Amino acid sequence: MAATGARRPRGRSAGPTIAVAQAFLVLWAVVSTVPLIWAVVSSLKSDPEIVADPWSLPEALRWDNFARAWDTASIGTYFGNTVIVVGGGVVLTLLLSAMGAYVFARFDFRVKGVLYYFFIAGMTFPVFMALVPLFFVVQNLGLGNSLPGLILVYAAYSLPFSMFFLVAFFRTLPEEVAEAAKLDGCGEVATFFRVMLPMAKPGLISVGIFNFIGQWNQYLIPLVLVSDDSKFVLSQGLANLAVEQGYAGDRSGLFAGLTIAMAPILIVYVLLQRRIQAGMTAGALK
Amino acid sequence: MRNRHQRRVIVGFLAAPLILYTVFVASPYVQAFYIAITDWRGLSAEFDVIGLANFAELFGDPVFWKALGNNLILLITLPLVTIGLALFLAFMLNAAGGPRSGEIRGVRGATFYRVVFFFPYVLSIAIIGVLWMNIYNPINGLLNGGLRAIGLGHVQPSWLGDERLAFWAVLAVLVWNGVGFYVVLFTAGLKAIPASLLEAAVLDGASRSQVFFRITVPLIWENIRTAAVYLGIAALDAFAIVQIMTGGGPNDSTQVGSFYLYQNAFSYGRFGYASAMGVVLFVVTLALSAFTLRATRRERIEF
Repeated sequence: MAATGARRPRGRSAGPTIAVAQAFLVLWAVVSTVPLIWAVVSSLKSDPEIVADPWSLPEALRWDNFARAWDTASIGTYFGNTVIVVGGGVVLTLLLSAMGAYVFARFDFRVKGVLYYFFIAGMTFPVFMALVPLFFVVQNLGLGNSLPGLILVYAAYSLPFSMFFLVAFFRTLPEEVAEAAKLDGCGEVATFFRVMLPMAKPGLISVGIFNFIGQWNQYLIPLVLVSDDSKFVLSQGLANLAVEQGYAGDRSGLFAGLTIAMAPILIVYVLLQRRIQAGMTAGALK
Repeated sequence: MRNRHQRRVIVGFLAAPLILYTVFVASPYVQAFYIAITDWRGLSAEFDVIGLANFAELFGDPVFWKALGNNLILLITLPLVTIGLALFLAFMLNAAGGPRSGEIRGVRGATFYRVVFFFPYVLSIAIIGVLWMNIYNPINGLLNGGLRAIGLGHVQPSWLGDERLAFWAVLAVLVWNGVGFYVVLFTAGLKAIPASLLEAAVLDGASRSQVFFRITVPLIWENIRTAAVYLGIAALDAFAIVQIMTGGGPNDSTQVGSFYLYQNAFSYGRFGYASAMGVVLFVVTLALSAFTLRATRRERIEF
């Protein structure tokens, strides 16, 4: 550290010294990661070890905690449900928002402005305001306690932002390409699917990542719409387990479940971090 | 001919998103206003329109006021602490070392820090709730275990069980969750500031804090404003953390509007009352975001 500090340019500088900066950065890096590492380490300990000393390392690696969490605590089922719901939700969101955004970006029609703001308004309202009626709408359509119901609702609530983002994106695509495709005898529909969608790939990927993370992490909607525990999604199942385990006492199993829930999203994030940060901040930067 | 074809495409492409959005998003928001003036308890189709009685009851409900008060404290503290911390870290990350031959250098390992700081933000808020519930556990939690390890075995707070601590424990988790996102957001803003500007200020004899408060902050004001609105929305929600970690307790010290609404609807079956609460919270949200946007409006600085 001292050596790095010594390389500072002579005279005053606009920033803090590198050593001071590094110290604070390391500190926050520790604060950000230690809780996560602690959960992983605890998932490999036995219950008595966890209770005796939360800071100790496992005597032996208890992989059976994971097996128990996956089977007995149904984390495996929750995981599968989440994959189905988020997979379906993201694909449906992308398809519908791209179709809608394309129309808004390329065509002029009478009610365009009104319809556009109708959609965008959905971004400003908090979901919990609509919670009670949403519950009954879903029940009345016979979609309560079902994964398809969750997929539809996830997609519906993802539409405003996705469409808002994609309209801006489609506007940046050159009009000439679509015109050329039409001259070559492509219909509007074929032009959209074969020419415009592939060109919009970078935008679709950003929106896709944004929605993947948002929908994977969704908690309030499944909590309200799904009460049958064979249909729980991961976040919901885990929270439910945590409340139960507080009394039932399989702490190591709970930590294993936490690790199973955290690992995929963290791995995907580390692999794609540049794109994910860009995708998630895209909404804020406009 | 061409026109009719075009109309078919417009209708065909918009129909599905429009129906989905209307059924699941728009119609519930509209219905919320209607349900709010009924005494509906959900079990049967029978209910009476009782006008503004729910609202009247709401204004006399001490728990609702307590919840609203907590939301307001969150609304001030959460953006303040999170933005302060995130700005500080982003500044450390980007400006450390100062201008050197006309170029701002980031610290060594800047990419690593940006990746790691973002970890808490990509996790589900529900998972974060479960994780921190365990960290705060008085017996086998990380915090009290740490206190014991450094010889403070006699200081063993019951983080979530103590009325004086629980609220701040909840706030700390929300801050921990958000900081990384705003570091990345502010970093993008800081990167866009031309180094020559900062260098000129330093040459003119500006101190570090002057550079920061007089130049850096005004130049990324748009980003800070965005952050304030986002964090304000998070402060008015805070549902998952409260529901999982404290259930609004002890003694309503961590109660918030979103959770009280949820309790009324899905634990007590008071759907009319809960909807009235939703309407009030909606109006509060709308008023506050309009206020924030107005109050923080400044001349946009072009550079």
